[in-house]
Amino acid sequence: MRFFEYEAREIVKRAGIPVTDYGFTTDPAEARAIAERIGGPTVIKSQVLTGGRMKAGGVKFADTPAEAEAHARAILALEINGHMPRGVLVDPKAEVEQEYYAGVVWDGIRKQPVMIFSPVGGIDIEQVAAEQPDKVGRRHFSNILPFSEFQAKEVIASTGVTGSALNKLVPIVTRLAKLFTANDMILAEINPLGRLADGSFVALDAHMDIENEARGRHKPLLADLGVGDEETRQAREATPFELAGEEVDATDHRGVAGNVTEFDGNLGLVIGAGGGSLTLFDAVRAHGGHPANYCEIGGNPSVAKACGLAKLVLQKPGVDKIAVMMSIVSNTRVDIVARGVIKACLELGYDPAEKIAIFRIPGAWEEEGFKILEQYHVEYADRSVSLNEAARRAVEKIGADAS
Amino acid sequence: MRKDGVFIAVDVDDAVVADSALAAKLVEVCPVDIYALAQGPPATLDIVEANLDECVLCRLCLDAAPPGTIKVLKLYDSESVLV
Repeated sequence: MRFFEYEAREIVKRAGIPVTDYGFTTDPAEARAIAERIGGPTVIKSQVLTGGRMKAGGVKFADTPAEAEAHARAILALEINGHMPRGVLVDPKAEVEQEYYAGVVWDGIRKQPVMIFSPVGGIDIEQVAAEQPDKVGRRHFSNILPFSEFQAKEVIASTGVTGSALNKLVPIVTRLAKLFTANDMILAEINPLGRLADGSFVALDAHMDIENEARGRHKPLLADLGVGDEETRQAREATPFELAGEEVDATDHRGVAGNVTEFDGNLGLVIGAGGGSLTLFDAVRAHGGHPANYCEIGGNPSVAKACGLAKLVLQKPGVDKIAVMMSIVSNTRVDIVARGVIKACLELGYDPAEKIAIFRIPGAWEEEGFKILEQYHVEYADRSVSLNEAARRAVEKIGADAS
Repeated sequence: MRKDGVFIAVDVDDAVVADSALAAKLVEVCPVDIYALAQGPPATLDIVEANLDECVLCRLCLDAAPPGTIKVLKLYDSESVLV
């Protein structure tokens, strides 16, 4: 779950990292009052959960409080990439001598956080890494053991930063690592981290993203920030198809049959089990297939729930066939899922043998499941057929070029 | 009384249907609510058609009733009887 900049700044501030004397508001007149309090040139920044604010006119500079009010009014009415702003952040226009970058991101492959630091900030770190790789320091660290100042020093010093700047940056980077692990984040980024004329450092912008599943552990923080339980903060709003998937999953406590994501292909997917969904989705694409959706099914859903999910996917416009596939071996009952997907076909007036491109769920009660599939002449495969091969057969059946 | 789903059918002897105590026991043991009590009095056994295909073949109803009085049939397997 992503945080707005004004929320991320608050988190940074609470961690003991210096921030500017900013203010957040939804009212242009209050923006003027904040600018008066700041006293001097200000920056008015749209608070939206999307990039490209500057280019879209969502960041403006003001020399006077009256100008700050006018900019705030304009920005509050400005839609950026389909997002209306939550409010505006009124920030002092800092006299920055140099912009740095400090960030921590979760490395899903190493299963560890990685600290990233650069003396080149204010632009995307990916761009710095591509153009000036020697100016990017990285270090993985434990999310159990505390990140030490020595580790911070190593990362910063590896980019050529020395002396007073190094000493002042160490506690900032250490605190950033601490706030990352303490708040179950997957991204904690300060960019730019500005060095002012007096040599001090201040966070000028921050991006934070908390693990969705950890929201329950951070209710006090979220309540303090005014983040409601109903706010999903996803990159885009759920589509009606995806919302219908949530409804299917909510019909019964047994198992999972939902977490649907909409795509525009012609091969509907009823996939799951222990990360199998991602693998199978990728395998379908690797064979030239065009998935109509991503989803997750497993943990022994009821027949009605499996049926509901399959019906939802089958009824999606553009779907020609569905592929029912699960991971290497699963404890989900094959016969129950088989009943569900076949029932979905029958209730929609389809021939299961025609609509189910392939059924490959190795797991519990396989033999019973295979009897059901044979009864309806559905092509199925057991565990001797790999996920990759099952995906290939599904794509072959639907025609890789059809979409 | 026999009722059929798409995949599963359940056939219960009339004596079991009329036995209130046994009916209550069947309602209690079935994990997927295939059995229900019909309006009485006296309360009799009913089969919830909508739940028939949820049958997990657990045999709990077979164990709760006298032998041979309940038959769970797999319609996808030539009506083979769960034993």
